[in-house]
Amino acid sequence: MLTVSNLTCARGGVPVLSGVSFEVASGDALILRGPNGIGKTTLLRTLAGLQPALVGTVDYPEDAGAYASHADGIKAALTVTENLQFWADVYEGSGSGRTLRETALEAFDLLDLHNRMGGTLSAGQKRRLGLARLAVTARKVLFLDEPTVSLDRPSVKLFADWLHDHLSNGGIAVIATHIDLGLDAPELDLTPFKAALDQGGSDEAFL
Amino acid sequence: MIALLLRDLRLAVRAGGGFGLGLAFFLIVVVLVPFGVGPETELLSRIAPGILWVASLLAALLSLDRIFALDYEDGSLALLATSPLPLEGVALMKALAHWITTGLPLTIAAPALGFLLSLAPEAYVFLLLSLLIGTPALSMIGTFGAALTVGLRRGGLLLSLLVLPLYVPTLIFGAEAVRRGADALDPTGALLLLGGITAGTFALLPFATAAVLRINLR
Amino acid sequence: MSLWEYANPKRFMGWTRPVLPWTFALAGLCLAVGLIWGFFFTPDDFRQGSTVKIIYLHVPAALMAINAWIMMLVASLIWVVRRHHVSALAARAAAPVGVVMTLIALFTGGIWGQPMWGTYWAWDPRLTSFLILFLFYLGYIALWEAIEDPDTAADLTSVLCMVGSIFAILSRYAVLFWNQGLHQGASLSLDAEENVADVFWFPLLVCIAGFVLLFIALVLMRTRTEIRVRRMRALEARMRRA
Repeated sequence: MLTVSNLTCARGGVPVLSGVSFEVASGDALILRGPNGIGKTTLLRTLAGLQPALVGTVDYPEDAGAYASHADGIKAALTVTENLQFWADVYEGSGSGRTLRETALEAFDLLDLHNRMGGTLSAGQKRRLGLARLAVTARKVLFLDEPTVSLDRPSVKLFADWLHDHLSNGGIAVIATHIDLGLDAPELDLTPFKAALDQGGSDEAFL
Repeated sequence: MIALLLRDLRLAVRAGGGFGLGLAFFLIVVVLVPFGVGPETELLSRIAPGILWVASLLAALLSLDRIFALDYEDGSLALLATSPLPLEGVALMKALAHWITTGLPLTIAAPALGFLLSLAPEAYVFLLLSLLIGTPALSMIGTFGAALTVGLRRGGLLLSLLVLPLYVPTLIFGAEAVRRGADALDPTGALLLLGGITAGTFALLPFATAAVLRINLR
Repeated sequence: MSLWEYANPKRFMGWTRPVLPWTFALAGLCLAVGLIWGFFFTPDDFRQGSTVKIIYLHVPAALMAINAWIMMLVASLIWVVRRHHVSALAARAAAPVGVVMTLIALFTGGIWGQPMWGTYWAWDPRLTSFLILFLFYLGYIALWEAIEDPDTAADLTSVLCMVGSIFAILSRYAVLFWNQGLHQGASLSLDAEENVADVFWFPLLVCIAGFVLLFIALVLMRTRTEIRVRRMRALEARMRRA
């Protein structure tokens, strides 16, 4: 269960969204919509805990969240397997990482590429590796920022299938995306939450 | 956390320049000094402790800006910050990886370069000891500086300006230990103080580094 | 009403406006009285001659060079704990003043040192410590200048100030250790207060008061400027978004 109540989040000290409230139950996803610059990335970063909320609370079980940004964090000098193994180790210590890694490679059709260096992958392949990273984290609550950028149609299908499995296993996902993933998920248009000019920015004290 | 250390070491080896560049720089600085001050053995042997310490300090400085910059650019740092690893641990591991790729090779290579500068024979033990104790502090302080400047596009020069004054105590006690060793005085005090500084930096700076990283990732 | 409310930028601008000219006037008065008294109405020292009179600039400047850093440290702590913008801006405003004080201390020290020790510069522990302090100031100011977002800059410089303070103290003791190691304690000492008689002491006190007031006045003035800059930026940001 992910509960967000009365959230105000800021970018560079200026509030961009305010009064955002929603709940996502286990097994459900929420699609964030809104024009460029409305604050989808800012909201996701706030949910993931990278930046503090100005007002309001974000509540989900501790150590359950995972975040995927525009950047995939792939090391050019490591192979696909090594890249994944690193994140598996970070999230799990050691042990069951191996099988998890194999299934993740398979789910995103990376088995043929497993020995390739990260630097030689195409943009779409990198993205698939970045999404496979989410699979090895084994986290329930996912915050996904434009996960399908530079994916071709079959890859989007792979991702949608994986996400579907994740959700049917009781996972939660909050996704900022412009395309239709074929999920039966509610959408949240952020436009009405656009923060007014005077809502507690860090410059407020000077006006 | 060990996974992070291993990954960084592997990257340093594969990307090249990790081990080699700092060492080569160390060698070049030490070779240049006699051209600057003249070839008299007596003079060189007198200034050898200082030269070796200053040169290793500069060599350590050389690779500092890469500690966090690459992870910051490709997004790994934000992913690490949302991972179960505490950022304090990340800072500690980064410093350790930097030390293994620069401080440790410098320490091992220093006696050979001491030979070039005709360092007094009694001083070699203390050169090794002081570098072994002191260079970890250089890496940890440098990691803090790297965290401060990680979001800046041209942070390299600023990083030197911030970090070099912080290196003063380490440099003083490190070089002093070697000098005392060379003069057949007792260097225990200097070594103990050097050890104290290293222990202190490792106790405090991971927290400061993590705080600074959080601010920069905001 | 709590004391902290005076730290609200608007209130701060309000109460500093009438206070500022008085502080400047008082500082000028103290400095004029102290310096004229010190330079023209004190006897020459039996050992150092008239050169001793430079203490009326040197000692207060050196004192303020250190006090400015301590003030920055306190202001940084207040910013970190209570997040008062004025506090962060005051720390930023104090740094260049501290630099100038450090430079005055170093230069007057050199001018004094030449007739006394026959050299403008020696690697005496005190002199060296001030040189290191100067470097700390430079790094602090450079970091403020380099970061665009004002809150991030305030946070990062505060951490730097705290960590830097620890290392500055460490450096002070390291330098003592280092120089004694070289000269076996036979180093030059700058302890001017050692045998200062009352005739020299009273004008010196007036000068110190003058420097303290001057420092306060300059920091207030610069803080006001910083607040205006922030206010302008905030207004511009609003205009762009509207």
